[in-house]
Amino acid sequence: MRLDGKGQINRDTPVRFHFNGAPYSGFKGDTVASALMANGVKLVGRSFKYHRPRGVLTAGSEEPNALIQVGEGDAMLPNVRATVQEIYAGLETSSQNHIGPLEFDLLSINDLVPNFLSAGFYYKTFMWPRGFWEKVYEPVIRRAAGLGRITHGASPEENERVFGFCDVLVIGGGPAGLMAALTAARSGADVILMEESADLGERLLSDGELIDGLPADIWVDETVAALRDTGHVRIMTRTTATGAYDGLTFGAVERVGSHLPHTPDLPRECFWRIRARQAVLAAGALERPIAFPMNDRPGIMMASAIRTYVNRYGVTPGEKVAIFATNDDAHKTAVELIDAGVDVVAVIDSRTGIQAHGDYRLHHEAQVISTKGRRGLTELTVRSGGSEFRLEADCLGMSGGWNPTLHLTCHTGARPVWNPDIHAFVPVDDAIKGLHPAGACRGTFDTAGCLSEGVEAAAKALKALGKRVRRPDLPMAEDAAGATSPLWTVEAKGRAWLDFANDVTTKDVRQSAAEGFKSVEHMKRYTTQGMAPDQGKSSNIGALAVLADVTGKGIPETGTTTYRPPFTPIALATMGAGAQGKGFAPERFTTSHKAVTARGAPMMEAGLWYRPSYLPLPGETHWRQSCDREVTMVRNAVGVIDVSTLGKIEIFGADAGAFLDFLYTNMFSTLKPGRVRYGLMLREDGHVMDDGTTACLAPGHYVMTTTTAAAGAIMAHMEFVSQALRPDLDVMFTSVTEQWAQFSVAGPRARELLNRVLDHPIDNQTFPFMQCGAVKVHGIKGRLFRISFSGEQAYEIAVPSAYGDALYRDLVARAEALGGGGYGLEALNVLRIEKGFITHGEIHGQVTAFDVGMQGMLSKKKDFIGKAASTRPGLLEADREQLVGLKPVGAVKELTAGAHLFDRDAEPTRLNDRGYITSVAYSPTLGHFIGLGFLRDGPNRVGHHMKIVDHLRGVTTEVEICDPVFFDPEGGRARG
Amino acid sequence: MHINCPHCGDRDQREFSIRGHGTGLSRPKGETWSDDWNDFLHIRDNLAGRIQELWHHGGGCGAWLVVDRSNVTHEIFGTRLVSEVRS
Ligand SMILES: [Zn+2]
Repeated sequence: MRLDGKGQINRDTPVRFHFNGAPYSGFKGDTVASALMANGVKLVGRSFKYHRPRGVLTAGSEEPNALIQVGEGDAMLPNVRATVQEIYAGLETSSQNHIGPLEFDLLSINDLVPNFLSAGFYYKTFMWPRGFWEKVYEPVIRRAAGLGRITHGASPEENERVFGFCDVLVIGGGPAGLMAALTAARSGADVILMEESADLGERLLSDGELIDGLPADIWVDETVAALRDTGHVRIMTRTTATGAYDGLTFGAVERVGSHLPHTPDLPRECFWRIRARQAVLAAGALERPIAFPMNDRPGIMMASAIRTYVNRYGVTPGEKVAIFATNDDAHKTAVELIDAGVDVVAVIDSRTGIQAHGDYRLHHEAQVISTKGRRGLTELTVRSGGSEFRLEADCLGMSGGWNPTLHLTCHTGARPVWNPDIHAFVPVDDAIKGLHPAGACRGTFDTAGCLSEGVEAAAKALKALGKRVRRPDLPMAEDAAGATSPLWTVEAKGRAWLDFANDVTTKDVRQSAAEGFKSVEHMKRYTTQGMAPDQGKSSNIGALAVLADVTGKGIPETGTTTYRPPFTPIALATMGAGAQGKGFAPERFTTSHKAVTARGAPMMEAGLWYRPSYLPLPGETHWRQSCDREVTMVRNAVGVIDVSTLGKIEIFGADAGAFLDFLYTNMFSTLKPGRVRYGLMLREDGHVMDDGTTACLAPGHYVMTTTTAAAGAIMAHMEFVSQALRPDLDVMFTSVTEQWAQFSVAGPRARELLNRVLDHPIDNQTFPFMQCGAVKVHGIKGRLFRISFSGEQAYEIAVPSAYGDALYRDLVARAEALGGGGYGLEALNVLRIEKGFITHGEIHGQVTAFDVGMQGMLSKKKDFIGKAASTRPGLLEADREQLVGLKPVGAVKELTAGAHLFDRDAEPTRLNDRGYITSVAYSPTLGHFIGLGFLRDGPNRVGHHMKIVDHLRGVTTEVEICDPVFFDPEGGRARG
Repeated sequence: MHINCPHCGDRDQREFSIRGHGTGLSRPKGETWSDDWNDFLHIRDNLAGRIQELWHHGGGCGAWLVVDRSNVTHEIFGTRLVSEVRS
């Protein structure tokens, strides 16, 4: 029901929205919870296990009951707090966790058999019969369990990720946070002030206090204006600090557009990662419920939340309200309600000898022992002294005291400490270095105390920053927090809820202890208390108290469960903002990308690079057609392929040769300018790391190539070797992979093609195999390397990247005129397998130089990375798996990579395994499949027949072991 | 976690990658397999507490650093360039 003259909502701006398909109207500034309350809606959801009717419990993000679905289609989000979600025109919301209408949930039958679903029910009930799990229990549970529904499409809504930096981060915009921000900003610090709700002020907006003789909300407005005047504060409202991480890094979610109708380009939420030099935590406190029988009915809520609804939203959750309190603070609610003209039935206080704060009926030493009302509270039973009586009420505010919101202080591993004076956990000193708690989150509940602690926390932060502290004047405010005395549970008949979302009652916790799950972490998992939406915010201390009572230990000895980020749930789409789809990994394109995609080439990923699989001609319907044609084209005429993705590292320095000698197993200091050499690199453990060619362009000037995927790792390796192991060497190097576009031109007509683009033609005598040098290409300075990965006469020509696109198109056009053309990675792979050249398919991290037949490349004349380990006896034994070639000889002609090798008569089992296949291809040159693999004692088994078995694909093929070089073993073609 | 690179200043952890314990700097002499080589490659004390680790500022200047830090609290006590540690 709306209250006249109350609240900070904008009554000039009505807002229409939907809940469960029905239209409702509220005002701008309302949350879904306050707007539904104004419309008299009490039932907003169902509980998780028993499907009990649930109403709004709180007025903040800690809400365990009023969880709703928001939005439509793939943009729909589950488990949104109705107490946080602001209404806007056209907002679509619905309740969760029921089958059929909310009012007549079919699964509320669970409520009639609570013993069946008691603590540990998952672990006990569904154990037998075994076969029932998959077919019966799991589908039924999955249908009934889970809160909310997820959509299966990608969210169409945009979210963002941002990095923030500040001198002082202030978390919380209540009295402590405002004073901390003001102190820090006036002292010259750059401040970010974060507030979870839409407006700064927190409890000052709800409690009807005076500050400096002014209504608190006016003081808040003046303070915010003063903050803005400093020019040093970034005020972030609708922003929840979700986690504290190492080095004063904080995660936060800013609700940017989720309170507005969909606006193009406006993100729904923004995930902030904030690096603060110092921080002040002023996160306030959360009021805790009391576990009395049937305390879960709609209409029963937190006493402080009622004040918030009255004073911030101008709405009352009931017309006849009772309060059940253990402390003075809750009496404020009665006062505020009476001030708003709402009928306060009674205040039921568990303590003795207390005074009423206003004109209402007060019951001392009294407790609520039961309630009535199926879909909303209608009546409560009170026990006072020896007598019991009933009260009619449609709303009951309860308050079991306050728990400091200390979560963030525990996110990096600190444990809170018990403060017996306030019966609550408080942050341990220096829980996080540089994070200074202030106000209610450290157990100081009076407003004057919060204001002054805000100043002092900021002063600590400023001192750590070496800044002079300029303290603002402290305003006058209420300095009494009021007395409290703990009451965790009410001893009376009936179920008393601790965790409203997960339906955990005091009985469940007692049962857990009785069955041996007495540790707090065990109890949590056994009962599911504090799991899922609540995360212990409302239920934790109550459950601990019950557990402590059963085990006979105190609450501090019982301890708490672990506080982990995030403080509030974060939508995955928000946390992963920017990383959906193509945002997940950047794409690297070669300069020939447009030319090959224009030809319809399917692209394959090589690390972050995209390279063409093949370049289909019209009429080709299968990749093998294109691939076979391209292989034959290279063998008979000429082909062109972009090889720019290979890592290119340019090396300079007087000791560059010595540096290469140390990196590679073979000798490079003897390489003459104008010559190229193939090199092998090991890891320090003696296994092959990478291979490639390095060219000597001039004395003390080399350019190295690495395999595409290893480029980054090799660069880091070289930096380590240079800085850590050989700082004595005069050498400098840098990656030039993206600076040069490089194309391989391969085939018997390669030189003929090149001479059509080079300003000065070359011949075989002056530019023999493994030669390199500077050239001019259509007047552009380029580099030419005579190297071959196909076994053909081949060159790699490099030009500055800006000319890559033009040169690629020119080379391909000229190749086509010579009966050749462009080719792709599939053909490249076939050509190299025909020649027995290895790639990372073979040098996969577990092979040695010995295994790939390159033992001879391990120089005896110098030290190199991996040399000592390569002499380990175990790495040189003949029965190691060594590189061989394979060809099919039986009826089955197919080879598959990943298949394993067995003796022909052996069972294909693990113990009989003799090796495996790493690369296969259909060779159009030879007319059959060929493969490379590793076989125990392989070189000595050339000529033998074995069988390969691919258990995964169900292929068994008889093969002959052969030399890995299938084509032109003498290498004459490359030299021609 | 943030690491103070002597070249670049205080930078986010994600610009760095870890290689392992600082033992990696003490490459043994000798070009054949030995107990020293075995220790160097394979044997680590794996202490919980203050340790010296090798980190690479690959997302920055490319420097290799020795980071003196606690693997329990993640507190960093200091960073040095490996080239300076060696020389
Ligand atoms: Zn750096």
